[in-house]
Order: sequence, then structure tokens, then C-alpha cells
Amino acid sequence: MPSGLLSRLDAPLLPIVAGLLVTFAVIPAMADDYWLSSIIIPTLVMGLAGIGLNLLQGYAGLVSLGSAAFMLIGAFSAYNLILRVPGLPLPLVLLISGLIAAAAGVVFGLPSLRIRGFYLGASTLGAQFFFEWLFSNFTWFSNDSQSLTISAPRLEILGYSLQSPLGRYFLAASVTVLLIGLAFLIVRSRLGREWMAIRDMETAASVLGIRVARRKLQAYAISSFFLGVTGVLWAFAYLGTSDAHTFNLDKSFQVLFIVLIGGVATIFGNFLGAAFIVLTPILLDRVVLAADLSFLGDQGALTNLQRIIFGAIIILLLIKEPDGLSALLRRARQAVRNRYAG
Amino acid sequence: MSLLSKTLALATSALIAAATLTSVAQADEATGQQLFPLFSYRTGPYAPSGIPQWAGYRDYFNYINEKGGVNGVKIFVQECETAYTLERAFECYERYKNGYAGAPVAVLFTTSSGFDAAISDKARLDKLPIISVAGGRGDAVDGSVFPYQFPLLFDYWTEASIVIEHIANQAGGYDKLNGLKIATLYHDSGYGRETIQPMAILSEKYGFENIQIAVPHPGEQQQAQWQQIKRAGVDWVFFRAWGVMSPVGLKTAARVGFPADRIIGDIWTGSEEDARPAGAAAKNYLAVSVFPSGTDFEITKELKKNVIDAGKGDLKDVSKFGSVYYNAGLVQAIIYTEILRTGQKKFGNRPLTKEEGQWAAEHLDITAERIAELGATGLLSPLKITPQDHEGDPAAKIVQWDGQKWNAVTDWLKGDRPLFRDAIYARAAAYAKEKGIEPRQAQN
Repeated sequence: MPSGLLSRLDAPLLPIVAGLLVTFAVIPAMADDYWLSSIIIPTLVMGLAGIGLNLLQGYAGLVSLGSAAFMLIGAFSAYNLILRVPGLPLPLVLLISGLIAAAAGVVFGLPSLRIRGFYLGASTLGAQFFFEWLFSNFTWFSNDSQSLTISAPRLEILGYSLQSPLGRYFLAASVTVLLIGLAFLIVRSRLGREWMAIRDMETAASVLGIRVARRKLQAYAISSFFLGVTGVLWAFAYLGTSDAHTFNLDKSFQVLFIVLIGGVATIFGNFLGAAFIVLTPILLDRVVLAADLSFLGDQGALTNLQRIIFGAIIILLLIKEPDGLSALLRRARQAVRNRYAG
Repeated sequence: MSLLSKTLALATSALIAAATLTSVAQADEATGQQLFPLFSYRTGPYAPSGIPQWAGYRDYFNYINEKGGVNGVKIFVQECETAYTLERAFECYERYKNGYAGAPVAVLFTTSSGFDAAISDKARLDKLPIISVAGGRGDAVDGSVFPYQFPLLFDYWTEASIVIEHIANQAGGYDKLNGLKIATLYHDSGYGRETIQPMAILSEKYGFENIQIAVPHPGEQQQAQWQQIKRAGVDWVFFRAWGVMSPVGLKTAARVGFPADRIIGDIWTGSEEDARPAGAAAKNYLAVSVFPSGTDFEITKELKKNVIDAGKGDLKDVSKFGSVYYNAGLVQAIIYTEILRTGQKKFGNRPLTKEEGQWAAEHLDITAERIAELGATGLLSPLKITPQDHEGDPAAKIVQWDGQKWNAVTDWLKGDRPLFRDAIYARAAAYAKEKGIEPRQAQN
């Protein structure tokens, strides 16, 4: 089966094996706690969130400003499942949480059947505010905790605890690898092709016999499924605890930026975008720390300066490379190939 | 830019990035010093309450270092901007939890209640003591369940009982509370809800009518709530706001005709930033205060002379010197240096490790005499920590806004903390059970 599947996906075997080797052998062997906990895990998880939104926005051409709401649903579903259904294995928890988020996605995707573009953005914004309100006002969801926060239950698979940084990395990495595979399957299937047809010209697509309404709702469902699973990872594999405001509008915008910077309608580009969003602020902070820049102003001025630089880099990048980092990388690879082939 | 140079630029920046991030193991430039990672927020929505606090910390450390450090050990401050977000604070935590540039970390000040709650489990695994002054989770006072967590100095439960104590004093005794109507108007968040349970306990004991009214975040609209208060004929309002909710509340109270001197604000509702924007409506408004403002304390005068006037201060806007938030930072810095001194007495005059820091925090004892020596009489109340009790002896003053500044109208009030002891320790026990934690046997 695997070889047939791979050839259908038109995926070269070598890079896949190399990628898996790096993910499950090289990184765990080389990275220390700092790298795992504060750089690699958030990059992976945010990249996955990027895939979730990219399926919707990049492939199906629908807008969403409420990505974080579906992450929120995933996180709270997982917390309640583990708490209230004892003995439910973690993979099932992830799956069901994703499905719950998907159901919510369908509901909030309904307006997409009638309205388009900017107005649709406003309706997904509704999801963002509604779920933040829901989970911070009904304490049942956070097990009546006074502080309204949910904290990670004991994460384990087959009795093996995933509490250490390495364990949490393996959890995040395995889920990521599986979902990347799923994303590739989807975008190269008939479903993915029909999404792109709808994105490129909806009227033509419907003339061709594509069931537009159904495909659109599927796009919301699948995108929300990805985001829901991502939310579980963000809350429990990365942060450890969270509350409704962890997944606020800022987070939705972050996911949107990841898609724009990484590249619209790409899969791996999302990880480039996520790396950029996660790493650049840390890097700038480090650079300011290492190079004594106190002549530029006091600590307050320096922190604000970092934000200005970060914003400037994003603007520059989008002007110079509107298709995102992945387009730049693709053309670079092509250039190298041409040189050595010719 | 050609494609090749673009790619080269990208590759170079990626390399530089990797190199910078790997340089966690720095040159040992700070060996022999004690690391204090300052998790600041100079940007983001809470920057106005942050900036004066960090100045309070930094000015005091500056002053101590100029005098040779804590018994010869200098404090090595590394600021890490969190913008009040969990993600950035986590990165800062991972960056500094094992020390930096040869300087070890003894204890970590979390500087945000949200982060304090979020890092609780990790800090337990890392065995790194985390300290949150006048904030943080209430049940962490139980040191047998939370060996590495210290909600020092003050908590919202005691605050509730101090408010009731003050009202009783005004009314002429606790027996006069019976039949009074006391409303709690709270910010609808984890922080705001903390006083629901203690007010219920107090109401049961003293027989006043307990009215709880929530204000949704951020609280820029409170007309309905204050009208409800007015209609119900409430005698006193315990006002637990945060940020923009405070001035809006005071103005709305004035509009519906509720007197400001019958409103008692929370410790985070009682700064200049809370009262001043409300203008005349805030005059005579009361608040609970653990961090009294003012510039007349001995230590503040010293700082003024040696740091502020010498141009070495961290404040850009010097008018914030001696404000509530500045003094909050100052008090926290004093507590930190006293923890170091406590540890040094046992382990020697050198930088402390986190194990030693945990011991030191559990044996902190700042007496009234010591506070006088520090020049902080009136600024800080005595504080004694034990392995069983990670909070100390909470006390607060009631202060009143005269339109320009805060003035203390009472001395340190203690409230009725023993009343809550069982309820708080029961919460800690429930937490231990949920997480499968074996409470540590008390030892001294």
C-alpha cells in the first residue's frame, strides 16, 4: 500500500525518509530542553495551525479571522474529555477534540454559502468572540476552577508519560507528521482539486458540476479539525495550562500571518512562516542582549524598537516576496537544479 | 536583488539565527554574581502598570550593587520582555531557569498572576522556587503541597476580610455589620472571582448581606451594575477592578450618585493610574494598599539621592517616583535581597543555587527591626515564611485619594486570616488529589 500511495502522491521517497529521520532521531538526540520547549515545539504546533488555515484560505479560497476559536474548542474539549471520560486513550482524545472543533467549524462556515470575502471574515470573527466568551463565562468547562484556567492532565500513551520536554516533543511531532500526510492526501485528492476550482472561479466550478456548498462546508470542517487538534497541542504539549484568552484574536492573526509569510496554498511553507513568527522576536531580543545597544535608549525604548523592527521585516518580506518564504525557497532550489543539470 | 543574493541573504540570516540561539552557553562574564531574571512588560496593554514597577526593581538593585552588592554578591539583572503574554514568558523561563553567563538563579519572580499559574507545574518539575508577591494562586500558601511556589505577602482572601474589618471599624464594631448591604463589584476573571468564596464565609459569620456583581472584561461599560447597586441601597462597595475598569467605575458611581468614600478598591485598583483618570469622581475614594505610595520613607530618600538625582534611575517620567507601582517594584526588590541574605547566612556569602534559594525563601523572616534597618518602615509589613505557610503574615492599609495623592487612613490591618485557613488548605488538598501529589512532610 505505501508505495502505491506514495506514487499517487508523486512524493519522492528519499526526502520523506530523511525528514522522518530528522524528526524522530536527529532532533531528539541533539536538541536540549530549551530548544525543544521554547523553539521547536511552538514552531511545529503553530506551523500545523498554519496548515489548518491554509487548507481553508489557500486552497478553498475562504477567509477566516477566527482560527484561534477552533483551537480553543479543541483545547477545552480535550481537557473535558480526559477529565470526564476516564480511560479514554490520548489519540482518541485528540481525534474527538478535532471532530468537535470540526462540527463548530461547519456551523460557523454556514454564512460562507451566502456571503463572500470581507463580510465572511466578519462572520468568522463572530466565532472568535463567541467562544472566548463561552469558555470564560461558563465555569463548567474549566471544571469550576476559580481561575478559569485548564491545566494539562497527565499525558500518557500506553502508560508511557509524555510529561518531559522530549515526551511532549514526540507527541507534537507525531501528530504533526500524521497531519502533514493527511493534508497532502487531501489537497491532492479530488476534494483538494475541487477546492482550488472553487477558489479560482466559483461560477465555473458550479457549472462543472462541483457541489460548491458541500465543498465549502467540508473546507471549514477539515480546517477546523486541524485547528482543533493544534489547540490541544498548544495548550497541553506546549503551554501546560491555558485559559480562554490564550486563544484570543492575536493568536488568530498570528496564524493568518504564518499563512501569508510562509506562502498561501503550501503545506511546508507554514512551518517556515511559523519559524519566522516564533523565532524572530526571540532572535531580536537576543541580538539586543548580546550587542550592547544601550546608546540607543533605555530598556523601554529597546523593547519598542524590537517591535518596530519585527514589523518592518514583515512588511519588507511581503513586498519583496509576496508569495512567501516557500516561493523563495522553491525558486532557489530550481536555480540550483538548473545549474547542475545544465 | 537577484535570486542568488536573496537566497544567500536568507541562508546567512538563518545561520546567524542558529548561531545566536545556540550561544545560550555564554562566556562566564557574570560568575560570582546572582542572576535576577526580570520578566518585564514594557509593551502591551499592561505596560503602564509595568514600567514604574521595573524601575522600582532596577533602581533598588542598582543602589545595592553600588554599595557592593548583597554581602559582596552583586545582582545581575537580565530583563526579558514578555509583553504580558504566556508564550514570551515561557521562552524567558526556559532561557534563564538554569542561570545565565555563569550566574545562578536562586528564585524566580513571576511578575504576572497568569504566568504564575501557568508555570506552576513546570517549576515543580524543575525544582525552581517561583515567587509572586501579592498575587498568584491562593491555595499555594500550603507549602506541603506547593514546595516551590510562594504567593508572598498578601492574598485576596485576606483582602476581603480586611475590607470587612475596615467597614466594621467605621460602623462601630463587628456586631454592627448585621443587616448592612455590602456589594462586591468584580472584574469577571480568575482574579476577580477569587473573593466570591471568602465574602460568602464572612457574610455567614457577620450577617451582612453579600451581593456579588460581575463586570465583563474590560469593563468600559458599568451603568447597569452601578444602577443595580444604587437601587439595592448598598452601603459599601468592594471594588475589584483592573485596568480601564477602575476609572470608568468611579465615574459611573459619581453619575448614579454613589459616594466615593463608600467604595473600597482592591490592591490593584488603588494606584494613581486608577484614580487620577476619574478626576473629581475619585476624590475620597478608598483602597486597600500593600504597597503604600510616597517618597518619605528612608529608603526612598536614599534612592532619590543616590540613584534618581544622580541620573542613574530607570524612570523616564520621574513623576512616577514613589507611585504605588514604583513602590510595588521596590518592595519586591527588597524582599528578594532579603531572601538572598537569609540563604547566605546558612550557605555562605556567595551566589545561591535554586535548592538554596528554596530553603532561603522558606526561612525568610523580615522583622519590624529589620524593616527599620532597611529604611522601609511603613512601606513593608513584617513577613515570616515557614515550610508550612508560604505567604507570611498578610497586612494592608486602607488609603484614601485626596484628588492628588494617596494618604493612609489606617495602620496595617490584619483581617481574619485564620477564618479561611481550613477552606484554603482544603483547596490545596483537593489540588494535590487531582494531580496525584504526595504532600511533603513538614520539616524545619
